[in-house]
Amino acid sequence: MAGLARDGLILGIETSCDETGAAVVAGGTRLLSNVVASQVEIHRRFGGVVPEIASRRHVETLLPVVRQALDQAGLALSDLDAVAVTQGPGLVGALLVGIAGAKALAYGAGLPLVAVNHIEGHIYANRLDFPELEPPFLCLIASGGHTELLEVVDWGVYRRLGKTRDDAAGEAIDKIGRAMGLAYPAGAELDRLAREGDPEAFSFPRALREGFDFSFSGLKTAALTLWRQLQDREEVPLADFAASFQEAVVGVLAEKTLAAAREVGAQAIAVAGGVAANSRLRQLLSEGAAALGVPFYVPRPAFCTDNGAMIAAAGYVRWQRGERAGLDLNAVPNLSLDG
Amino acid sequence: MERWTWRSTSPEETLALGRWLGERAQAGDVFLMEGDLGAGKTLMTKGIALGLGIDPEQVTSPSFTLMQVHHGRLPLYHMDLYRLERAADVEALGLEEFLEGDGVAVVEWAARLPEGLRPEEGLVVRLDVVDEQVRAVELVARGRRMEGLLGQLAMGEGVQQGPDDEQRKE
Repeated sequence: MAGLARDGLILGIETSCDETGAAVVAGGTRLLSNVVASQVEIHRRFGGVVPEIASRRHVETLLPVVRQALDQAGLALSDLDAVAVTQGPGLVGALLVGIAGAKALAYGAGLPLVAVNHIEGHIYANRLDFPELEPPFLCLIASGGHTELLEVVDWGVYRRLGKTRDDAAGEAIDKIGRAMGLAYPAGAELDRLAREGDPEAFSFPRALREGFDFSFSGLKTAALTLWRQLQDREEVPLADFAASFQEAVVGVLAEKTLAAAREVGAQAIAVAGGVAANSRLRQLLSEGAAALGVPFYVPRPAFCTDNGAMIAAAGYVRWQRGERAGLDLNAVPNLSLDG
Repeated sequence: MERWTWRSTSPEETLALGRWLGERAQAGDVFLMEGDLGAGKTLMTKGIALGLGIDPEQVTSPSFTLMQVHHGRLPLYHMDLYRLERAADVEALGLEEFLEGDGVAVVEWAARLPEGLRPEEGLVVRLDVVDEQVRAVELVARGRRMEGLLGQLAMGEGVQQGPDDEQRKE
């Protein structure tokens, strides 16, 4: 293992929301293992994230998930160079489970502890599939809790160009999906349904605000109003509604991202976060990037949702720069990625 | 006064009412927001933030994150129970420490707060969609302090873009 150790072997731990994730990544790009104990099945029963269950499940699954990640990588804890963990943003109770576990593992094995921002992790998910990706590039992060448009000036150096002013893109999708009676998580169901529908069947307010900020609250209200009106019809045009609503959400995401790419002269465009798994968003950004003549990066769907590998990938860069967290590391539920 | 109803005819008016409340908010105050998706709960919270000297741009929906904390004249604990289905889930969150805390608490989807966690004092803010722009607003006071605040509202110390006399009801 001595050869690999020089690469920087990082154990990444992620527990900010639904998923208990642990992974080992070498050199910030080479995936040795990635284990995610998904709580989706449990949450499906309750129609969403149930934090108390989330926290309790994290407690139950964290160590087995870590053990499995190490086994799959063929490594012992002592072979590692550092333990990286999500510090925030996220649910405080859930974050604390991962942080406490990471501290114990790091302390027990005499390893440095590295704190990682969850949103930053999403960006680094791209490096797992595309090790050649280097700053500067533009990155859209869209998930249930976050919608941010960032210029990655250098690794660890971010300039925020835009964010949501009300609801996150994934949240708008989830709320309307739920109103439609789709199974949790609604994003994948909506995507599937939208493929069978006409995206121009209904028109929604696009809420293209000035600058690169997003707003999905007005769209959410308009979609809900329309959905209720449609219930009077003999046959509710489910697929057309899904396609039109999805187009309104991901259309704005793509438009703003491409406009920002033009303005800053981005040399590449990347997307991350759960909404990056949306097939229509991928298509729009891929076509737009091609028109701009810049490469477009999107991680495989498994790396779009929360996982430990992205935390290990981001942790690697922080570790390399000599950043260390103390054993007094605390969760920061609204940790931001400014500056 | 225990109950005050009003009609907001625009998002700006909803924001202004929130601001009026935020400007008068004290440590320990709790605002319990109720109303359907898109009724303006987060918007009203932006107004309260404004009244506390917090940039309303910072205030976004905490449906996913469950709670966001902002720091102004007083801390603002902005919670959202949208994703919670059962009382037990809410109870386990440990929200009560923020409800009786050093700051101002706003709870969206407050109807999901189990009875045992419902603060004895506070202001219930009910928003209902009338049409695209208009919202029916109902404020219900629990406890003396909030009754006093509603009294001030009714006395016409009112919101900047406030209600006119016909719209006020007991």
